[in-house]
Amino acid sequence: MESLSALTIGALAGIAVYLFLARDLPRVLIGFVLLGTAANLSIFAAGRIGPFVPPIVEPGMAALAAEAANPLPQALILTAIVIGFGLAVFALMLVVRAQRTFGGVDHSGLTEAEPADSDARAAAPPDSFRPAAERKAA
Amino acid sequence: MLIVAPFLIPLLAAIATALLRSHLGAQRTIGVAASAALLASGLALAARTSDGAILVSAMGGWALPFGIAIVVDLFSAIMISIAGLMALAVSIYALGPGAGRRDRAGFQPLFHALMFGVCGAFCAGDIFNLYVWFEVMLIASFGLLVLDRTREQIDGGVRYVVLNLIGTTIFLIAVGLLYGQLGTLNFADLARVAPSAENQGLLAAIGVMLLIAFGAKAAVFPLFNWLPAAYHTASMPVAAIFAALLTKVGVYAILRVFTLVFGHDAAFFGPVFGAIAAATMVTGVLGAAMHYDVRRILSFHIVSQIGYMIVGVALMTPAALAAAVLYVVHHIVVKANLFLVAGAIRRESGSFALGRCGGLWCAAPVLSLLFVVPAFSLAGLPPLSGFWGKLAVIRSGFEAEAYLLAATALAVGVLTLYSMVKIWNEAFWKAAPVGARVRPWTRRERVAVYTPIAMLACVTLTIGVWVEPFAALAHTAAESLLDREAYIAAVLGADRALAEVAR
Repeated sequence: MESLSALTIGALAGIAVYLFLARDLPRVLIGFVLLGTAANLSIFAAGRIGPFVPPIVEPGMAALAAEAANPLPQALILTAIVIGFGLAVFALMLVVRAQRTFGGVDHSGLTEAEPADSDARAAAPPDSFRPAAERKAA
Repeated sequence: MLIVAPFLIPLLAAIATALLRSHLGAQRTIGVAASAALLASGLALAARTSDGAILVSAMGGWALPFGIAIVVDLFSAIMISIAGLMALAVSIYALGPGAGRRDRAGFQPLFHALMFGVCGAFCAGDIFNLYVWFEVMLIASFGLLVLDRTREQIDGGVRYVVLNLIGTTIFLIAVGLLYGQLGTLNFADLARVAPSAENQGLLAAIGVMLLIAFGAKAAVFPLFNWLPAAYHTASMPVAAIFAALLTKVGVYAILRVFTLVFGHDAAFFGPVFGAIAAATMVTGVLGAAMHYDVRRILSFHIVSQIGYMIVGVALMTPAALAAAVLYVVHHIVVKANLFLVAGAIRRESGSFALGRCGGLWCAAPVLSLLFVVPAFSLAGLPPLSGFWGKLAVIRSGFEAEAYLLAATALAVGVLTLYSMVKIWNEAFWKAAPVGARVRPWTRRERVAVYTPIAMLACVTLTIGVWVEPFAALAHTAAESLLDREAYIAAVLGADRALAEVAR
């Protein structure tokens, strides 16, 4: 069971990394969702996997039975799922917005924030940083 | 009650400003008042913890280490105070140019949600809560970054969002593995069981994962690329609060976790942090040297300065950690102020590009003087706060015989001065470009812009001239960071016997 879950987590993480390397943004986003799932499963595995009974304190008992499953990882995962969902929704909206703004989802076309031809744009070096000869020529 | 104030105040402010959507005036009043209250609560906490006391509260009354712990020691209190000061400065500044459009887009609720996450992270007593606070902060920062929805911002936002999402997922995986190894998530309990864990190699691997997660947040080498790609696209108040606090939450997490949980393994992590610190300082300052846009120069300098703070964790001596704490405080004030000044330069000359600025020494002499204070403080000139921060870092480096690290820090200081002089020469000193036309300031804009800049410049001067109490506080904070026994006793205390039984 442990090796199966380890393989599942590994496969999910591997697919996620593959998708991160893709050029279109929706794939990157799906990669993030898969990596989140891998993270949740690894937390689940960290809390021991096995033939346990549900972690519910029986009436009349003060503590969990010895063979009860670990409830804490499940609580952590629930929190992480909620957070991951929120982040994924925001990222999806951003991708949609980027698609509308730039007319495509290929992120190699996104060069607004760090223009490659920075000399030609607003970030051009001021005159006093150019050699005097060049300034005269201009 | 005081101990929950740092995150309760911003939470209430965020809810109130969100409910008052169409009442921009009321939103602004609440915003400034809540920021002032946050500063007051931080100072009150600092007064309570200034003797090294550690305040602990278990949420919901569950016994620690099972309940959610809120822990405030002197370092947390210092960070909360300085965050409150920044919130106040930026709230006032945000009343200035562009306020109407920004507030209609929802600046106020998002801003206070960001402060909610930041201050929560400073109070977190267990590592999973730290993760949750990180996420609160992150989602608010996403919203703030793309507030104006310009092309530039959407592009910068995509880079920022993707890299930070991967960073936090790695954080989450590390938390899960840590729980699997040590069976607990509470910082004090982790510190108690970590030195005696049987598989130290695996623990170190988890430490490296946490280092990647926090390092991506703190923008250390080689994980800093998202920062200069995104920060300069945000509107100026947003960029200022990001520059002041977001990376510093990463630095806080590194200082907290790697002293408390991995403090016993300093022999392994020390050289790693040393290499990271040196590379961060050098790459950041070189990146700044090649840019001619005020915002991008300042963004790269954030990266460079983070290196100085990491030196503290690399050396792990009380003097080095005290230097790191002092440096964080100095840097937050100075860096936020420089971004505020950059906004004023833009307002005054119509551009962020140095080639199109100029003549501000004549046009705005007060602004010129107010620029000199944070700029030369960043470069480390006496008698400003940066001098003492750099002196403490470099001196602790020499004392710990880390000569290469100390020499790097010195050289980077000179290059920092180069960038600052570049801004000075271009924006202030050279003649104004021909044909530049600037809309005249309204009185309200002038007050909103100059008040926070002058306020933060005064703080910089105060730390510079009267450094003794600040250095003493930093030293107490550093000693309590290194005193793991005291932290464990304060948090687990009487409940410790109970914890042993339950295990």
